[in-house]
Amino acid sequence: MSDDMSDDAIRETPPLRTRNVGRGFSYEEPLIFERSRPGRIGYSLPDLDVPAVDPAAVLPEKLIRSDEPELPELSEIDVIRHFTRLSTWNAAVDLGIYPLGSCTMKHNPRINEKLARLPGFAAGHPLQPAALCQGFLALVWRLEQQLAEISGMDQVSLQPAAGAQGELAGIMMIRAYHERAGQRRTHMMIPDTAHGTNPASAALNQYEVITIPSGEDGILHPQDVAERMTPEVAGIMLTNPNTLGLFEVHVAEIAEIVHAEGGLVYGDGANLNAILGVARPGDLGIDVMHFNLHKTFSTPHGGGGPGAGPIGVKNLLVPHLPGPRVVQLDGDSSPRYQLDSDLPHSIGRLHGGFGNSGMLVRAYCYIRSLGPEGLRRCAEMAVLNANYLLAKLKDRFHVPYPGGVMHECVLSDRNLHDTGVTTLDIAKRLIDHGYHPPTIYFPLIVPGAIMIEPTESESLEELDRFASALLEIEREAREDPEIVKGAPHSTRHSRLNETQAARRPILRWQDPKQLETDSETSSGSSGSSSESS
Amino acid sequence: MDDYKIPNDRRYSSEDEWVLKSGSQLRVGVSDYAQQQLGDIVFLELPQVGTSVTRGTAFGVIESVKAVSDLSAPVSGTVVEVNGALEEEPERVNEDCYGEGWIIAIEPVDDSEFDALMESDAYLAYLSDRAD
Amino acid sequence: MRFIPHTPSEVQHMLEVIGAPDVESLFQSIPEPLRLGRALDLTPAVGEQQLSDELTALAEANTNAATHDWFLGAGTYPHFIPAAIDSLASRAEFLTAYTPYQPEISQGTLQAIFEWQTMISSLVGLEVANASMYDGASASAEAALMAMRLTRRSKLVVAHGMHPHFLEVLRTYVGGLGAEVRVAKASASGLSTPLDALVDDATACVLVQRPNFYGCIEDLEPLAELAHARGALLVTVVGEALSLALLQPPGAAGADIVCGEAQSFGVPMSFGGPHLGFLATGKKQLRQLPGRLVGQTVDSHKRRGFVLTLATREQHIRRERATSNICTNQGLCLLMATIYLSLMGRSGLRKLAELNLAKAEFAKARVRETPGLELVHAAPSFNEFAVRVPDSAQAALARALAAGCVGGLDLAPYAPELGNAVLVCTTELATREAIERLVSSLAANPT
Repeated sequence: MSDDMSDDAIRETPPLRTRNVGRGFSYEEPLIFERSRPGRIGYSLPDLDVPAVDPAAVLPEKLIRSDEPELPELSEIDVIRHFTRLSTWNAAVDLGIYPLGSCTMKHNPRINEKLARLPGFAAGHPLQPAALCQGFLALVWRLEQQLAEISGMDQVSLQPAAGAQGELAGIMMIRAYHERAGQRRTHMMIPDTAHGTNPASAALNQYEVITIPSGEDGILHPQDVAERMTPEVAGIMLTNPNTLGLFEVHVAEIAEIVHAEGGLVYGDGANLNAILGVARPGDLGIDVMHFNLHKTFSTPHGGGGPGAGPIGVKNLLVPHLPGPRVVQLDGDSSPRYQLDSDLPHSIGRLHGGFGNSGMLVRAYCYIRSLGPEGLRRCAEMAVLNANYLLAKLKDRFHVPYPGGVMHECVLSDRNLHDTGVTTLDIAKRLIDHGYHPPTIYFPLIVPGAIMIEPTESESLEELDRFASALLEIEREAREDPEIVKGAPHSTRHSRLNETQAARRPILRWQDPKQLETDSETSSGSSGSSSESS
Repeated sequence: MDDYKIPNDRRYSSEDEWVLKSGSQLRVGVSDYAQQQLGDIVFLELPQVGTSVTRGTAFGVIESVKAVSDLSAPVSGTVVEVNGALEEEPERVNEDCYGEGWIIAIEPVDDSEFDALMESDAYLAYLSDRAD
Repeated sequence: MRFIPHTPSEVQHMLEVIGAPDVESLFQSIPEPLRLGRALDLTPAVGEQQLSDELTALAEANTNAATHDWFLGAGTYPHFIPAAIDSLASRAEFLTAYTPYQPEISQGTLQAIFEWQTMISSLVGLEVANASMYDGASASAEAALMAMRLTRRSKLVVAHGMHPHFLEVLRTYVGGLGAEVRVAKASASGLSTPLDALVDDATACVLVQRPNFYGCIEDLEPLAELAHARGALLVTVVGEALSLALLQPPGAAGADIVCGEAQSFGVPMSFGGPHLGFLATGKKQLRQLPGRLVGQTVDSHKRRGFVLTLATREQHIRRERATSNICTNQGLCLLMATIYLSLMGRSGLRKLAELNLAKAEFAKARVRETPGLELVHAAPSFNEFAVRVPDSAQAALARALAAGCVGGLDLAPYAPELGNAVLVCTTELATREAIERLVSSLAANPT
């Protein structure tokens, strides 16, 4: 499948077929430092309306910087062209389906972007007095209420800046709870399907991880939990639906087993999109959970962040929430919203300010835009979409856990073993079809896992195109495996050498002229010509 | 199982390490099966000479691009040598796991521990069983 | 609902392909007793227009730097943000892209991160920087944890003047690890009292903020020597990143780890987030550095490209033995800062820093000349300093507000020993006229 499709083939192609055609302009662009030209400027400064100050007149000489930092010299248009070109090399939700499992790459509404930029939000300061930001505090308070209602938890803190930080907070609160009760608990139970942040968060709280095997049906069984639950175990961390896209049917019984021995249940909320308006973690026995606003609640992923990871708790953990808390006083009070820092049992502060406030504004807008019916519709269409894809793919791809799924489905490369084509190859070949691949090699319990989460944002025709692409790759794997194994063929880069990147890390640019001078000075004493660099 | 080299001049542990007698010392590395499973090795975290190690506990870490694995001591004793070349050239473990890719040398405290390790045909059987 | 495309006939078709009778049946794996069974009790959905009205009203109820002259810094800084930044960072392929795990289709994100790593590591004078932490506070906490891992020690010595919130977050992070945190007292100059008595061979690191919370600039070299003499590391914390353009790079002064907040580089104040934590260290400590890292490599045609690398430090591979649990970072803010630094360039950033210094020196001179006001500290400062006011800080700030200024931070909750004091920050946004208005309003005697 090379670039030179015949005209006939192009005409025959259904008009909306997605392909990474590499047509139109596709620019080369060097590192920004390589664009630099001495003397160019890209900035403006306001006039100096106060007396100029020579730093040496007010600061000790040795405290003043004498070198120039490695920043380029460019005009504004140089900078704009540089980053505009860079942007054209990225896949994005705005370009097409981005079916990463447990990432919920749903549409990022633009009204949220516009409203978060209102100066009343964007130009506010975390330390300005409460009386001067009643609008922002009202939004914080309302969002906490919304998330509590959505999740069935009693109270919410919006402070953690990401899901992982929310997990950290949640496990810290569990630890604080046990300590306050005079209990010494040393272990945390975590299923084998868990996301890597779960054991990492447990370890950061000095808990040893007890891994619980999922059953042959892909979910946890009460017996396996009961066998491992002892008074030394602080609790269990669950994701529901789990990373196989399956609802943890026994969650209530498992929660009872844990609670009976004084343990607590942590809910990883990454997959909340599957059950919005249908079920609530708080009703399933969860004591503390985190939300991922950048997943379920549409805030954009921005190339890796920022996100936000609020936490919800049941009353028994409220005293341990991070502080300060926003409180709403009764209608006559002024100011109505205030900060309460009198929290003797709080785990403390996790963030310098309120958390990723700008993302909180976006999530609030999203929840207001959807309302109760819209949120439920998200879950319904997300689950419909995942099941639809599964139905289209299950006849050709190995499905480790057949039966209905929720919002994501997991396939594997097992059926293609004799072709030598792997999950990695399939992922790279999808790129030639113009798609960002799904999550691969996770969850760990499925060898060669392909984890697909379409979200409710994807239309029927986008799902059909995506499924067709996967089916075509499956056919290619049997008929022409080399083309799959060598993919991607259509991108600016072929597969990049990750081994070299790890063995010989180059983590910053260095001016070649500087490197030359450095090697000249260092080899000068040996009297030989400069070594090859 | 034909894909994995298993020289019969040494013994093997259930953690996929090989152990070779070298005078009174025991040289330790990872087997061909291990280095293939791990993929391109990018880094090893190794103990200092003089460290005591106990059979079955970790003495270091081996990393590839996509995985991390403990290096488990096949016998108890003291670390008397460490292959310093692996710091700059971790790829030796992939290229010559039984030779230049050796990892540490141990002065053992109990010879019976070496005798308890698998000979090459036992290791081959062990690998075959595991694959099923 | 405009975010969800499905029409009834499409839903019907899809159900037929699946072989399910209705949408409800797709949820049958959820046991009946566990279902909510009612609609969520939330306000009904609103469209864009009504949502805009609601949010505009909420926004207008917030005093902000667009409505008032802004002299409040204290870890979040009011700087001018060039228009090109938002324009570029709003591009769909930056905004709606994910973490660059598939490098062939993420080179835009990866190259931008590599450029950031280069710029920030150069600004702080160390070899390696990561692809961001959540904020300055959590970056400081992670730096301390890193120092504890590297030295296998658990005592932390903090110089006077660390941002109170950074210190709180640090305590939260190390709380369960048996770490001992010792904080030095202030000296009259505004700098820390000496740390000699506190630093010993149980000390993992000395943490120093520069400029400190009160705006005062510590000399890092003697602190580096002290720490190293006892086998500890020096961690320098930066609250106002613009100071790096003017001051001696902490790495050059002997800092082993430099961390802090880079919000000053083109990231809006936004009520404290999203901001941009950064963390940098030397090559030797690379493997203990948390967070994502982008490295340079080649493809099979020897073409230069960039990839996430050394991922074995991170949670998705190392799981419980990871250096940190961080996954999502502050990616888009990192991009904004990289664009900012590209626009400012090496000469612009320095000039901007000198402009900030000039504004502050002018304000300080005015304070000295104004009866009823005095500068609290004698130590050298950059763009922030504490001012003693004649009556309570609350009263002084109320006067400033009436004069159109958010005049600074009331220091009473943080440093009651300073008396009636306000922490004032003057950046390039502060006009001469506004500074004069601020100073006279802080001073005016209520009669």
